[in-house]
Amino acid sequence: MPILEAIRLAFGTIRAQKLKSFFSLIGAFIGVMFLIAVVSIVKGMDRYVQEDFAAKIFGINTFSVSRRPGFHAGEVSQALRRAWARRPQLYWDDYHAIRAALPPQDLVAIQSSNQAEGQAGAKTSSFLQVSGVSQDFFQIRDYEIADGRVFSPEEISHGVNVVVIGRDVADSFFTGQDPVGQTLRIAGFPYTVIGVVQKQGTVFGISLDRFALAPYTSPIKTVVNPRKVVDEIIVKAPTLAGMRDAMDQVEAVMRTRHHLRPYQDDDFSLTTQQDVLSFWAKISRVLYTALPLLVGVSLVVGGIVIMNIMLMAVAERTREIGIRKSLGARRRDILAQFLVESATLSTTGAVLGILAGLALARIVQAVSPLPMGVSPLSIVIGVALGVGVGMIAGVYPANRAAKLDPVVALRYE
Amino acid sequence: MSGSVIRTIGLKRDYPMGGEVVHALRGVDLEILPNEFVAIMGPSGSGKSTLMNLIGCLDTPTAGQYWLAGTEVSRMTDDELARVRNRQIGFVFQTFNLLPRATSLHNVELPLIYAGLPARERRRRAVEALASVGLGDRMDHKPAELSGGQRQRVAIARALVTEPSIILADEPTGNLDSTTSEEIMKIFEELYRGRGQTIVMVTHEADIARHAARVITLHDGVVSSDKRQAA
Repeated sequence: MPILEAIRLAFGTIRAQKLKSFFSLIGAFIGVMFLIAVVSIVKGMDRYVQEDFAAKIFGINTFSVSRRPGFHAGEVSQALRRAWARRPQLYWDDYHAIRAALPPQDLVAIQSSNQAEGQAGAKTSSFLQVSGVSQDFFQIRDYEIADGRVFSPEEISHGVNVVVIGRDVADSFFTGQDPVGQTLRIAGFPYTVIGVVQKQGTVFGISLDRFALAPYTSPIKTVVNPRKVVDEIIVKAPTLAGMRDAMDQVEAVMRTRHHLRPYQDDDFSLTTQQDVLSFWAKISRVLYTALPLLVGVSLVVGGIVIMNIMLMAVAERTREIGIRKSLGARRRDILAQFLVESATLSTTGAVLGILAGLALARIVQAVSPLPMGVSPLSIVIGVALGVGVGMIAGVYPANRAAKLDPVVALRYE
Repeated sequence: MSGSVIRTIGLKRDYPMGGEVVHALRGVDLEILPNEFVAIMGPSGSGKSTLMNLIGCLDTPTAGQYWLAGTEVSRMTDDELARVRNRQIGFVFQTFNLLPRATSLHNVELPLIYAGLPARERRRRAVEALASVGLGDRMDHKPAELSGGQRQRVAIARALVTEPSIILADEPTGNLDSTTSEEIMKIFEELYRGRGQTIVMVTHEADIARHAARVITLHDGVVSSDKRQAA
C-alpha cells in the first residue's frame, strides 16, 4: 500500500477515535513541548545575557578592580569568604596610580555606590541608588546626556555638590518639570541637578534608570564610602588586546602597592564580562543536561502509552485485519499500516507539542524581558523524536497484527 | 490439469486439538472447471468450512495438492498466498465483512489498493462494479446506512472488482431474509450465466443450493456425492 494511502487511513482512524487518539499523543506532545519551550527560553536567556545583560551591566572590553570578585562561579566556602574580608580596601590613591600607569586611550573611573534617602519638594524616597563617580564613568557606561551636561573636571577637583540623574529619578522627583537646575537632597544634603541621562531600559525587569551620580569628591563620599575608600575601579580599553594589557598593568600596579611577594596570591579581584558569561554558561549547561532527561522520560512514557493503545487497536480491529488479509493485504501491508498509524499519532503529538512549546516561550517572552530564541534544530529534533517514538512503539503491535492468521482473524467477534 | 480452475488431489487438513488431532479433511479430490456454479453442502462438522478456507487460500493443507488456475498454491508462503487471494479470488461472506467506517466505494476499492492500482483506475473500476450490482446511487453510504441485501451487494461488487478466477461465497444468504436471499441469488445467477463467472458457494440450505448447477456434498471430511442439476 502506498505511504500516502496509509497516512490518510491513519488520520481517518485518529479522527474516528478522537479521545483515544488524544490520550495516545499526549506523551509525545508533552515531551516535545518541553523540549521546544526549554530550548527556546534558555536560548533566549543565552542571547540576552550575551548581547544585553553583559554589555549593559559591564560594557565591552571593560574590567573592574575590586576587593572581592563580582561574580564567582561555584560555591563560596566560609574560609574563602573570610579570606576576602581580610583583604585590604581600595583607595582613591589606587585609582590615581592605575590612571597614571595606563595609556591615555584607556578609560579609568571610580564607582562607589550606596542607597540613600532622596528628597525634592514634597517627594521623598528612601531607596535612591547613589554613586560617587569620576569623569570617565559616563564614557565607560556609554551614557548619553538627554538634558543638561556631565560634571566638569573643576567640579570634580573641588568636590562641588552637583548630580546627574537617570530618567526614572527625573520622572519621579520632578514630574512634569525640567529637572535641570532643581535641587535634589541626598541624605539631607542639597545637590543641584545638572544633567539627565538618556533612558537605558531594563535588565531582567529591573530598571537601569534609577540612579543619581555625583562627583566622588563631593559630599556624596560620606554616604557611599568614608575615608577615601573605593568600591571598584573600572577600566575600559579600546580593544580586547588593550584590555588584556591593561589587566596585566593593573595587576602589577596593585601588587606593588600591596607589597605582595611573588609567591603570594592577588589580594584584589579583576572581573571581566567573560566572568559573567562563564557564570551564565554554567547555569545553562545544567539546564541543557537536565533537558534530555526530562524529554526522554516523557517520550518513553508517551511511547508506552502509544504501544498500549496500538495493542488495543490491533485487538479491536482483528476482524478488519482479517478482512484486509482476505482481500490480498500482505504482512508488510498490515505492518506498514499500523506503523504509519502509530507514527502519525506521535508525530501529530509532536507537531502540536512544537506549537504549544513555541506558544509557551512566547508567553514567557511577553511577561518577562527575555527574548525568544527559536532553535530550528530543536524543531527538527522534535519532529524526528515524534516519528521515531511512534515507530518504535508501533513495532510490536504492528508485528502482532501482521502475523495474525486470516482464518482466525476473520472469525473474530 | 490445464483447463480446470480448481483441482485438488488428496487434500487433507488436520487440527491439533488439546492432545488429539482432528482430521477435518481426510483426502478431497475435486475438479471445478471454468464457468461452473458449484454449491458445497454438508452438515456442520463435515469439513466444508475447512475446504472453503483452503480453496480461498486463507489456509494451507496438511497434505495433498491444490492447483488454482494452473498454479500449485498448496506450498506457497503467506505473502504469495496474499497475492493469489488478491488476484484470483473474490470472497463473499455470510457476515458481509465490510469495513464499517469506509464508504461503499472505498470498500470496493480496497482490493485494488493492495493490487497497487493508481487511484483514478481504482475509482473507475469500483464505480463500475457498484453500478453492476445496482448500487450506483449508494457509493458514499457507509455499511450502517445500508440494508442487509445492499451490504451483501457491496460485498459482491468488492469480490468482482478484481475480475477474479473464482467467486467464493460462504453462506452468502445466511444473514438475509428469504426475499433478499432470492435477490442475491439472482445476482449470482446473472454473473454465472451472463459473464461466465466461476462461482463456488458453501451453504447448508437446500433452497439456496438449488440455484447452483452442481452440488458437491461433504461428509466427515470426504466428498460423499457430486451431482449436476438443471438450475
